[in-house]
Amino acid sequence: MPQALEGSQAIARAVALCRPGVVAAYPITPQTHIVENISKLVADGELHCELVSVESEFSAASVVLGAAAAGSRAYTASASQGILLMSEVLYNIAGLRVPLVLTCANRAVSAPLSIWNDHQDSMAVRDAGWIQLYCADNQEAVDTTIQAYRISERLELPVMVCVDGFTLTHTLEPIELPTQAQVDGYLPPYRFSRALDPMRPLSMGELVSPAYFTEVRHTHHVALRGALPEIEAADADWAEVCGRHSGGLVEVVREGEGGGIGILSIGSVTGTFADAAEQYTELPAARLIRLRCFRPFPDEALRAACAGLSDLVVVERALSPGAGGIVGTEVRAALREMDEPPRVHDVAVGLGGRDVPLELYPRLIEVARGEQETRFSILDLEPDKLPEEVR
Amino acid sequence: MTESSHHPLRDHQPRFQGLDSGHRACQGCGEALAARLVTEAAGPDVIVSNATGCLEVFSTPWPETAWRIPWLHSLFENAASVAAGMEAAMRAQGRDTKVLAFAGDGGTFDIGMRGLSGMLERGHDVLYVCFDNEAYMNTGVQRSSSTPHAAMTTTSPPGRERMGKRHLKKDLLAIVAAHHIPYAATASVAYPSDLRKKVRRAMGVEGPSFLLVHSPCPLGWGHDSALTVQVARLAVQTGLFPLVEMERGSVASVMPIRRPCPVTDYLKLQRRFRHLFADHPRAREELEHLQALADHNIEVYRLAGEEPDPLDTEGADTVRRGGMRYA
Repeated sequence: MPQALEGSQAIARAVALCRPGVVAAYPITPQTHIVENISKLVADGELHCELVSVESEFSAASVVLGAAAAGSRAYTASASQGILLMSEVLYNIAGLRVPLVLTCANRAVSAPLSIWNDHQDSMAVRDAGWIQLYCADNQEAVDTTIQAYRISERLELPVMVCVDGFTLTHTLEPIELPTQAQVDGYLPPYRFSRALDPMRPLSMGELVSPAYFTEVRHTHHVALRGALPEIEAADADWAEVCGRHSGGLVEVVREGEGGGIGILSIGSVTGTFADAAEQYTELPAARLIRLRCFRPFPDEALRAACAGLSDLVVVERALSPGAGGIVGTEVRAALREMDEPPRVHDVAVGLGGRDVPLELYPRLIEVARGEQETRFSILDLEPDKLPEEVR
Repeated sequence: MTESSHHPLRDHQPRFQGLDSGHRACQGCGEALAARLVTEAAGPDVIVSNATGCLEVFSTPWPETAWRIPWLHSLFENAASVAAGMEAAMRAQGRDTKVLAFAGDGGTFDIGMRGLSGMLERGHDVLYVCFDNEAYMNTGVQRSSSTPHAAMTTTSPPGRERMGKRHLKKDLLAIVAAHHIPYAATASVAYPSDLRKKVRRAMGVEGPSFLLVHSPCPLGWGHDSALTVQVARLAVQTGLFPLVEMERGSVASVMPIRRPCPVTDYLKLQRRFRHLFADHPRAREELEHLQALADHNIEVYRLAGEEPDPLDTEGADTVRRGGMRYA
């Protein structure tokens, strides 16, 4: 039976169902509600774990690293500046191949200071060697959190579950929480093959010379590529348990009709475009594609999802200043291998929490129908607010 | 590395060796000696979180390791936080394996300060050991906030305008003690049984404990590798590095110095202080300054004991019960 839960509350309950041994976190908007809810579950005796309220995100990531390496399932959550402060540890966790799950309550990065949602934070650490899964809604955040632990522990790769700050974390939705028995049946108890143990001493995090460094990096790359089928399997197996799919690697949310226009998005805006497609019946319905898995990058699944399109509009929530889009650039590269690749238009919207309204949909169709391919533009820019020379 | 079964002598070795031979530390390395003594006293039922630095680099050139205890190196500034996570995991698993954190002075006094303070404040059952060689040795001898006043490093060189490091050595023990942790102490590689005793005390403490181990670096300090222990002993006997124990923020005991040596006995053995022996008023001024610092330590920690100098044998390192630090 669905319950009305705030996204953060639902995520906290999902984490508790995974029975973590150690949770460490530092408060940052919009992640705070997740940690507050976990703290309350611990205080009420509903979750038995060591809750470590650390003095910085740097330490939050370090504490869960130490805990997971010492044989306990661990969890942390952060956002924005916190993710950047963690970034050194994030690379380290991935390189050490320690299984961990982190929720990123996606938020813009300062300056200028903004507490609102975009994807600049998680995109900034896309090369850290973590798996990155982006959630469309809170039900998916719950299911993906549980799947993330299975993926992470099977592959010894950390997983970042990205949920849009406020849009998901602070929104009440009807949520179907799985039962403890369902989660226990799906997720075996934590067992880390290299857990630190005095009975079986080993050294982790050694100095690696140029003679071996390349091979270690290659192994990491191969492990992440190998995660693609595991991510799909985790989703399919969880669907067997509870009947819900979370979108695998790439999800075709809505089939288009005629015209061959596709809109690819990442995170929660997909729902907005689905609603808009229902509303703007006079416009050609675009195929709505959602990239759930950004790392590893699902090239093949993406090409399959884009087959037959003449124009694809990539809608992203971050940018690489001086270069352009981040997601769009990678999508464009992946689709080049198609026999008849669509034109790829790349736009950023909703930066720093700017609303992404239904009314954006006709503009996306307009971009797709444009004479020129849009290499990159910020579509919801309001030029009248700017001096002439930077419009 | 050779399997231990191929070493019949090792089977007869009386003491547990946490840090084995074969590592790549320099000749006369104080830190290697200190780490061996600490792990020997701590025993095998430990997990180590090691900061980046010489100790990590010389002990674990992949695919080899000198450690016989479970050991993890994460980063430079998070040894305390990683240790806190390990300790939380031990708690979650109902195990009482003691967690140790190892770091140098750079990883402790400077870049690791935040994590150390957090770990101490939260009361994790962790023994944090700082191997203090008073500069960034792993990167080639740059000054840290632990570098003594007037010492030469590559980033505090003496010259026409400077007499080495301009600032004082940070009083880390006082900062640690201000967290009112159950046990904090300084120790020196020159006094191995005192050091071992302090490790055993810390191992028995429930909650955070802290050891600052003075560990000479022949390369960085510019002294003969054969003189490591002598140099370390002079640091204690001049009063420049007092050996004290603190309980809950108060001085509990000190190692007395009956006949303090002049600081020049210590300084003249090290190239990092060579510029202080030039015939120059600034040099003389800095020598006086360093002597005043040693005298200050002797006064505030009440190091001037009545008893003969302690012999370095078990039980003979008599310590005088001191009162609250009054400075």
